[in-house]
Amino acid sequence: MIAENFNYDAPSTLEEAIALLHQYGDDAKILAGGHSLVPMMKLRFASPTHLIDINNIPGLSYIKEEDGLLKIGAMTKEVEVEESEIIKNKYHIFGDATKLIADPQVRNFGTLGGNLAHGDAANDHPAVMFALGASVEITGNQGKRTVPIDEFFHGFYMTAVQHGEVLTEIQIPAASGNYGSAYHKAERKVGDYATAGVAAMVQIGADGRCTKVGIGLTNVNSVPMRASRSEEALLGSDLSEAVINQAAQYASEDCNPSADLRGDEDYKRHLVKVITKRMLNLAISRAKNQG
Amino acid sequence: MKKNITFKVNGTEHSVEVEPRELLIHVIREKISMTGSHIGCDTSSCGACTILVDGKSAKSCTLLAVQANGKEITTVEGLATAEGLHPIQEGFHLNHALHCGFCTPGMMMRAIEMLEKNPNPTEEEIRWGIAGNLCRCTGYNNIVKAIQWASAKMQDKELPSTEPEFV
Ligand SMILES: Cc1cc2nc3c(=O)[nH]c(=O)nc-3n(C[C@H](O)[C@H](O)[C@H](O)COP(=O)(O)OP(=O)(O)OC[C@H]3O[C@@H](n4cnc5c(N)ncnc54)[C@H](O)[C@@H]3O)c2cc1C
Ligand code: FES
Ligand code: FES
Repeated sequence: MIAENFNYDAPSTLEEAIALLHQYGDDAKILAGGHSLVPMMKLRFASPTHLIDINNIPGLSYIKEEDGLLKIGAMTKEVEVEESEIIKNKYHIFGDATKLIADPQVRNFGTLGGNLAHGDAANDHPAVMFALGASVEITGNQGKRTVPIDEFFHGFYMTAVQHGEVLTEIQIPAASGNYGSAYHKAERKVGDYATAGVAAMVQIGADGRCTKVGIGLTNVNSVPMRASRSEEALLGSDLSEAVINQAAQYASEDCNPSADLRGDEDYKRHLVKVITKRMLNLAISRAKNQG
Repeated sequence: MKKNITFKVNGTEHSVEVEPRELLIHVIREKISMTGSHIGCDTSSCGACTILVDGKSAKSCTLLAVQANGKEITTVEGLATAEGLHPIQEGFHLNHALHCGFCTPGMMMRAIEMLEKNPNPTEEEIRWGIAGNLCRCTGYNNIVKAIQWASAKMQDKELPSTEPEFV
């Protein structure tokens, strides 16, 4: 399978990339890891006339804690997240998620920025970002702006990244106190997209009450979604089994899965309930072992 | 618009003119005439096209050739030396880790990066490590044994038995 013809540029600065995006107009696309875009171009689901490869732009790949934030450069590859010490020590959710994303070869190329900018509810990082309360930094020729993850996904393959803009950084409130996070998805086989997936983050105060919580759901809605009612039930609670069951029930009721080859609607709702419960319990046990 | 790209394949520099839409696997097979890397699925699923790009295992059916500009590529043809087979090749040979052989070049290239990062993987780590490579013949057990054998050989450790197991 071969894509339609296109022109290719590989600028070495962000300014140049943004200028090229403006010059070429709507039909230009950014090439990051290419592991979502190239398959779509081969199938001719996407036929950009210009590809702007941003791999030669230095300084877009890093993982660091700064100003109370965990900052991840947009071009950071899955494999770099998997191997990062900061992530391994404090943000277990990424270890859970990356291991279930595709396979090692794909993770050598796929980037975190690309995973979000693709705007696909089947991708795993969107739910993780909802759980962690992330924001996304977007750079255009007017400078930088920051968009909360709740306002980032606009529709099927549509995000807050406008034409002529580049997603440059992911910003996550740094882990503090007794903080735990976890992700799991049910998949038919290794490397498959989620039948349903749940990302959870909790912070527990000295009195045992939940001081912070986030729950994101994968592939059970047309856009990645937050399980808001579940979060409300958990926040401030004692995180008892009854509350967790209630939160899991809400998540299964509030998602909107559609029937497909991966399962019917009831099955997916059931998965959401079971996985929400498990991920909350895992995040809670991780939180209790930390801080 | 055609592009001229320069890259090294198994240590030799090549300059080729490509259309941006040409896939790396096609250029390696058809323009460099190295047909050891295979095309199985053409959809990034099977791993038969796995090569190393600057040492990183990559599905070359999902990379554009232009993305390889300036890079060093290793394919299965680059493994053996004048002294003989690479330990991973020897491991596959001695442990009967291939039947039809279609998946083998990709399996070996993937195993090489895995062993580079983790010279002594557990069986579970090996199975996760080759999760992006499909084999329709062997049932994987002998592939796992071959990688364990190569791991021992590359570390000058005692070599595991290569006797077949009957279960
Ligand atoms: C076999 C296979 C299995 C997979 N399984 C999974 C899975 O289980 N879970 C999962 O989450 N993903 C999966 N993926 C997708 C993979 O993780 C992709 O790499 C990822 O979704 C996109 O990242 P990328 O860097 O490759 O982006 P690209 O493919 O380069 O780009 C994707 C889209 O985002 C845009 N874009 C990229 N970067 C930016 C940026 N910085 N600013 C603005 N726009 C940008 C591009 O223009 C394009 O429209 C799989 C892929 C394959 C091939
Ligand atoms: S041919 Fe590339 S992964 Fe199958
Ligand atoms: S040996 Fe035939 S596909 Fe693996």
